Amino acid sequence: MSPRKVVVLGYGMAAARLADEIRRRDPDGERVTVTVVGDEPHHAYNRVLLSAVVGGSMRPDTVRLHDEEWAARHGIDLRRGVAAERIDRDTRTVQLADGSAVPYDALVLATGSRPWLPPVDGLCTEDGQLAEGAVAFRTMADCERILEAARIGAPVAVLGGGLLGLEAARGLAGRGNLVTVVHPMGHIMERQLDPAAGRVLARTLGGFGIDFRLGRSAAKYMPGDGLKLDDGSHVHADLVVVSAGVRPETELAAGAGLAVDRGVLVDDALRTSDGRIYAIGDCAQHPGTVSGLVQPAFEQADVLADLLTGADTAARYRGTSVVTRLKARGIDLAALGEAQTETGDDGTEVLCFDDPARGRYAKLVLRDDRVAGAIVLGLPDAAATITQLYDRGVPAPSDRLALLLGRALPTGAPTAASPADLPAAAVVCRCNSVSKGQLVDAWRAGASSVAELASATRASTGCGSCKDAVCGIAEWLASTA
Amino acid sequence: MTLTAEPTPTTAVATHCPYCALQCGMTISPEAEVAPRQFPTNAGGLCQKGWTAPALLNSPARLTRPLIRTGGELRPASWDAALDLVANRLREIQTAHGLDAVAVFGGGGLTNEKSYLLGKFARVALGTSQIDYNGRFCMSSAAAAGMKAFGLDRGLPFPLTDLATADAIVLVGANPAETMPPFVQHLGGAKAKGGLVVVDPRCTPTAEQANLHLAPAPGTDLALALGILHAVVADGLLNQSYVDSRTAGFDAVWRIAAAYWPERVERITGVSAADQRRVAALLAAARNAYVLTARGAEQHATGVDTVSAWINLALALGLPGREGAGYGCLTGQGNGQGGREHGQKADQLPGYRKIADPAAREHVAGVWGVPAESLPGPGRSAYELLDALGTEQGPKALLVFGSNVVVSAPRAAHVADRLSALDFLVTADLVLSETSALADVVFPVTQWAEEDGTMTNLEGRILLRRKAVDPPPGVRTDLDVLAGLATRLGQPANRFPVHAETVFTELRAASAGGPADYSGISYDRLRVGEALYWPVPGEGHPGTPRMFLDVFAHPDGRARFVPVEHTGPAEPPDAEFPLQATTGRVLQHYQSGAQTRLVKELTDAIGEAYVEVHPDTAARAGLADGDWARVVSRRGEVAARVRCVSSIRQDVVFLPFHFPGEQRANLLTNPALDPTSRMPEFKVCAVRLTTKDGAS
Repeated sequence: MSPRKVVVLGYGMAAARLADEIRRRDPDGERVTVTVVGDEPHHAYNRVLLSAVVGGSMRPDTVRLHDEEWAARHGIDLRRGVAAERIDRDTRTVQLADGSAVPYDALVLATGSRPWLPPVDGLCTEDGQLAEGAVAFRTMADCERILEAARIGAPVAVLGGGLLGLEAARGLAGRGNLVTVVHPMGHIMERQLDPAAGRVLARTLGGFGIDFRLGRSAAKYMPGDGLKLDDGSHVHADLVVVSAGVRPETELAAGAGLAVDRGVLVDDALRTSDGRIYAIGDCAQHPGTVSGLVQPAFEQADVLADLLTGADTAARYRGTSVVTRLKARGIDLAALGEAQTETGDDGTEVLCFDDPARGRYAKLVLRDDRVAGAIVLGLPDAAATITQLYDRGVPAPSDRLALLLGRALPTGAPTAASPADLPAAAVVCRCNSVSKGQLVDAWRAGASSVAELASATRASTGCGSCKDAVCGIAEWLASTA
Repeated sequence: MTLTAEPTPTTAVATHCPYCALQCGMTISPEAEVAPRQFPTNAGGLCQKGWTAPALLNSPARLTRPLIRTGGELRPASWDAALDLVANRLREIQTAHGLDAVAVFGGGGLTNEKSYLLGKFARVALGTSQIDYNGRFCMSSAAAAGMKAFGLDRGLPFPLTDLATADAIVLVGANPAETMPPFVQHLGGAKAKGGLVVVDPRCTPTAEQANLHLAPAPGTDLALALGILHAVVADGLLNQSYVDSRTAGFDAVWRIAAAYWPERVERITGVSAADQRRVAALLAAARNAYVLTARGAEQHATGVDTVSAWINLALALGLPGREGAGYGCLTGQGNGQGGREHGQKADQLPGYRKIADPAAREHVAGVWGVPAESLPGPGRSAYELLDALGTEQGPKALLVFGSNVVVSAPRAAHVADRLSALDFLVTADLVLSETSALADVVFPVTQWAEEDGTMTNLEGRILLRRKAVDPPPGVRTDLDVLAGLATRLGQPANRFPVHAETVFTELRAASAGGPADYSGISYDRLRVGEALYWPVPGEGHPGTPRMFLDVFAHPDGRARFVPVEHTGPAEPPDAEFPLQATTGRVLQHYQSGAQTRLVKELTDAIGEAYVEVHPDTAARAGLADGDWARVVSRRGEVAARVRCVSSIRQDVVFLPFHFPGEQRANLLTNPALDPTSRMPEFKVCAVRLTTKDGAS
């Protein structure tokens, strides 16, 4: 029986994960052959790390997901630098731009998304490409262009104060550019943050030298000069980075007559309206998740690998609960669930801590004792704990303040000021299970020095870390004698 | 009859504690009182277990006569009757069912001499391939990962005292403040410099002392190591020149770690991305840094991969094979190191040799005076061996030395069932342990202070433990039991010596040329106090305190990065079993507790099983601090007293595993095995918590 032919269109993070997961389940290609078609010339790379490339802490080579031998090693037919032009569902073939045709038994669309370009006068050329000095922030090629154009110290405008725009802004500020973020809404990251959190975040980013023009849109782009905003003000910029959102890449799917809404519609088995064609990652639209993040793409790839290899035919994708993390050096922000809920909604408990001067903000939305949403900024360990509670559906601890503040909460029990305040049962020497009471008894029985206490009770004869405590008790006993 | 060759001393004897791998130096007087002594590992400290160790020498619970099960009860018998019976039954069973119908189970507390002779007894006197030991349940994952990375495994490839110069130490799944308390003294330097990091799901007494405590969800340690490695690379902290000159395989590891950016790892582990970056920075900034793992990293079905992930991190920072830095495993059992080197492991021969290696077989068979083809091949690993007992294809008889598997093995109720399915069970024991209570024949044997023998401590240093007191009348050494059985099975007497030093001399020859080469070590060198760390390939060789300084043990001299992926616990929590149970140790008890539960001072401190649980989780289960609770898993249920601890994760409970009967934590544990080390997943299984009378 010859293996089934799986063809993957796209060679980004979702496609790379799918190919890897298929080969993990079918290492020798006994069940499926895999063909991967990607229009970028290089190997798949980790898009999540592009802001680190812009920031200079990683080299482009470091963020590649696969090495040169990857395809050969895993028996994968990898076609790089060639675009798919058309899907022919009748003959079950994909026509490629190089004139070849690839037949499939199962076709996977992993075509990702493309940047949305806001309607700004002069931003695009007539053929829809970005004008000179303007660049998107989506691909490795974009990164290379940014690094080339944004000379250290040069002013850069970022169009869009969403997650990716802010990551790009932080990266650019980190390498020494003067960055201005232009954002049409009243606060940044408004999809994830409430206005108060947005204010604290903007203030923190401001500390890294990033300026904001909020509630303002760019009206006109003048290459070499900068942007003119809708209030007539001017943002000087040698380079404009456009990060105003993305749109699923659905052209091939629509051309083939598949059901497409915002993205390519898929069910829990990640099937499109054609049962032989699947879609995963940014190009797919599943009711259980939002697009543009890598976690859903990974989970979808895992499920689809189970299905395509027959490793688990009952595998289904039920959606991904999204936790948004801003990956920006020196800033720790997590936002999850229904974080925009305000106090007063029935049955909902909302706690809030707002400390803009120290860059800290925490908001917790609880329903039935469980975390329904949260925004945690500048309190990293609390963010980690709250995320775990959210992901695992574990009830929140009754000590809400400790949860909200994590290590920032001063620890409750102050150390006893004097040995006199220690309860008799308090263990002083753990290594030898010696309590304060036993030390007191030994003292009364005649052990009148630290050494004698040690030899009578063995306190401090293990790891020795209680020596100071034993000395303190001996001094206290001497003073009370 | 005293079976050791040396006379019983009349003054205090310098010896070592009978318990953990720290092997604290102590003296023991003829009156059997101990006192700590200055020795590098314990620096004059002793914990409560060590101080009270002599209580077991004259304990009324000591066995002093062999026991034979007659009419359903264990009754005293003579040595000859017991030895004759065992030899005859073993022979009958082997005649009826084949040589592999008799199995042997050893322990990591046995001396090197006993471990060695036990392996030889199995392969030569019994001709069985079926031998393994409880070290599989201890550090086998670290051993396998060390082999992969460095080409050779020695728990600490450097003297413990080297830690004094450390600026940073990361302890992964280690709780030495309870498991080997005097060890904590070696952490003081790093702690004073703000560099002590403890990775543990619980806020243990060790974690309380840390400058930074990371609390990953149980079963996610591997992902945490990947996240920190990612941070090392992302923040430009990779030691590129070391990676280039001393290692191989970094690229494949990075391709995986690249997909584990700290924010993603935070979601898997619960350890904040900021803390992951902090550890990366701390280790990279340190002049001298160490990564040390213990059971928390190792006792998983992915234990080898988990340790590999931490070794990868150490290699990326350029730590191993450099004086004042490194990776190490904190071995647990007293002779956990030596126990894994001398042939009581299913796939090994003395000198840490592979039993499947023709050259190794030839060498060892030559020392033993038998044809190489007469040696059996590799047998079943510990849990697989126990699981097969009494089955159609499995062994029908079992001899147990130095282990209490009814309490210490995973899925303990099932293991007890398997033991009861045997035709014949024999143990050698100090006291009537829970396993011995099920036996058909029990041999009463000597313990540490009553016999000579060598131990190899957690540093790979060989220690001589000399006889200090006479054993109770009627008690013999394990060596004597093996010799008694071997001669009855037709072996020449000189092939199974009873004198420890004679056995050691033979062990030296058997280990010569192997990875763990003891050939240059002699009792005489140890008697004069030489600090000998293996390998010691010749009498004139000074030993090897620090390994890998010039080259690693792979043929090309390079350490290997091993690509590993996070997969998570074998049994994730679900609606029916929503909590994760993790097991471990308390300061007062050792292993299955067979010894320490007989010491009043220790049981006064902790005398029964408890379950550590977050107060909110306890309250939701209708439990309060001090109540008896039931903890239930798919494999069984345990009775334990509730201890409310607000620092524990709400979805995690902890149980110590030292207690018997219905308090056995191992009634719960999951026998999912690591594919390489065959280590069971002791550290995480799914459970639920109810009141004592609640519906299970």
